[in-house]
Amino acid sequence: MEKPPVAVPPPGGTLKQPRLPRWAPVGLALLSAGVGVGAGLAFGLASRIQWGLIAAIVYVVATYALTTAVEGRRQAKDRLATSLIWVSFLVAVLPLASLIWETIARGTKVLDGYFLTHSMSGVITLQPGGGIYHAIIGTVEQVGIATLIAAPIGLLTAIYLVEYGRGRLATAVTFFVDVMTGIPSIVAGLFVLSFWIIILDFGYSGFAGAMALAILMMPIVVRSTEEMLKLVPNELREASLALGVPKWRTILKVVLPTAIGGITTGVMLAVARIAGETAPILLLVFGAQSINNNPFEGAQSSLPYYVYEQWANGNEASYDRAWAAALVLIAFVMILNLVARGIARWKAPKTGR
Amino acid sequence: MAKRIDVSGLTAYYGSHKAIEDISMSVEPRSVTAFIGPSGCGKSTFLRTLNRMHEVTPGGRVEGKVMLDNEDLYAGGVDPVSVRRTIGMVFQRPNPFPTMSIYDNVAAGLRLNGSYKKAQLDDVVEKSLKGANLWNEVKDRLNKPGSGLSGGQQQRLCIARAIAVEPQVLLMDEPCSALDPISTLAIEDLICELKERFTIVIVTHNMQQAARVSDRTAFFNLAAVGQPGKLIEIDDTERIFSNPSVQATEDYISGRFG
Repeated sequence: MEKPPVAVPPPGGTLKQPRLPRWAPVGLALLSAGVGVGAGLAFGLASRIQWGLIAAIVYVVATYALTTAVEGRRQAKDRLATSLIWVSFLVAVLPLASLIWETIARGTKVLDGYFLTHSMSGVITLQPGGGIYHAIIGTVEQVGIATLIAAPIGLLTAIYLVEYGRGRLATAVTFFVDVMTGIPSIVAGLFVLSFWIIILDFGYSGFAGAMALAILMMPIVVRSTEEMLKLVPNELREASLALGVPKWRTILKVVLPTAIGGITTGVMLAVARIAGETAPILLLVFGAQSINNNPFEGAQSSLPYYVYEQWANGNEASYDRAWAAALVLIAFVMILNLVARGIARWKAPKTGR
Repeated sequence: MAKRIDVSGLTAYYGSHKAIEDISMSVEPRSVTAFIGPSGCGKSTFLRTLNRMHEVTPGGRVEGKVMLDNEDLYAGGVDPVSVRRTIGMVFQRPNPFPTMSIYDNVAAGLRLNGSYKKAQLDDVVEKSLKGANLWNEVKDRLNKPGSGLSGGQQQRLCIARAIAVEPQVLLMDEPCSALDPISTLAIEDLICELKERFTIVIVTHNMQQAARVSDRTAFFNLAAVGQPGKLIEIDDTERIFSNPSVQATEDYISGRFG
């Protein structure tokens, strides 16, 4: 039998194609940054944003043109996508970096031990001095109480939805959780105001604020916990059930431990989200200048409220205090996130040998 | 220890879809019964009805009788949890609990069911791991996570976990389909040892495996896609593979269809 002729590859090969050198993207980026700066100076453009835009456009266009010329159309499209993603990444990260930079630069001015351990009691707003101790106490207590209310309810709701919920009730719960996710914080504040303070006639307190924060926090906890529980493979539930373990123990001892890392992260992100809420605090906690350790009675302050209040004072000393408080708030949220990640990593299913 | 199972007129549904229809058979104690048949013919569904795992699937529903010695598993007032303690199960894919160590995985059945003593638990873990031929491989790393073992070791860990609660019957749903031939051989040897103590039912796609390990073989088939699966015949393995009484069985076994 005769074999069909095998195509002999031409010498030099057909698989090899001209490629741009490895440093080409970096070189192009530097070049276009230079073009951006040059054009900006030449045309006398005041805004640095315009410089950046010019550089970005030059970078994307130049990458595409150069690659088309050297490597071909398919590679050019590939590099076009890559460069667009890099540009978008920079656009997304720049505001964040500049925000953190600005807050640190301005916030460290008055941030010291005294600032962290004293209240504004007896401080005239025009004067430097005073501190945020009362606001830290307020934030920790209000957020703590809100978490104590929202986390268990949210967790149990999510367990119901994933493990038990069938039919109408589950659909209704899911729907109302979705609706709750969309509640603006001021509306949650107004709700608690009308029902707790106006109808039931309780006074302003940290607890009233915490209830509004709990309303905001609950749907976030439900949603994230639900997602985490759904990620637990059904095989694990079946394995446990097949050992003759009752369903509630299966959930408690197999499903929850498997998902606990993700659940903790979700709860902590929800905490971070409500720690920055100002509107309900304004309506329900009222704000205070001195230390009030009791969240159930009397006005308190909180970090976001303090920032707002100091900024509204509108003088140099108050601005400094506002920036320092903003920095503390960011640090507070970031520490919570780091703690959550630590817990998640520590509790994550182990894969080592 | 081992009990016999008598199934009569069993039909199982997923929602409105009838998955298996009118199955009657007996499973002898201290023997291995193999279920063979093409994909989708309801072998696994039938296996799961034997320890009431079928109803865990949303929409899962069963009609008919499953007698374990003289008790009907589907009689009113029967607790599915105690049924599953009596009839253990090993799944197709190894599924050790990822948060638990090797030791905890084997102890899980006892621990999650409440009362235990540490010394007693140590005994059970050692005995079960030895029973699953895994003890020598893992005895020095009992506190390492179970997910760090190889696939075959994980499956034997799951078998150890299942036999640790001392069931009367052990159901195995294609326990070797995710494993290499050497691990498969290890598990087949294990099945032959375990049948001294347990009644074993095994679903398999591997006909040689059914011929090697089982005493009796049941052949399932379905008329067409979407039709419910049915039991075609059940007989001694030797007879099924040499001289089956139904033509369809012979066709399937000799590879003429399926």
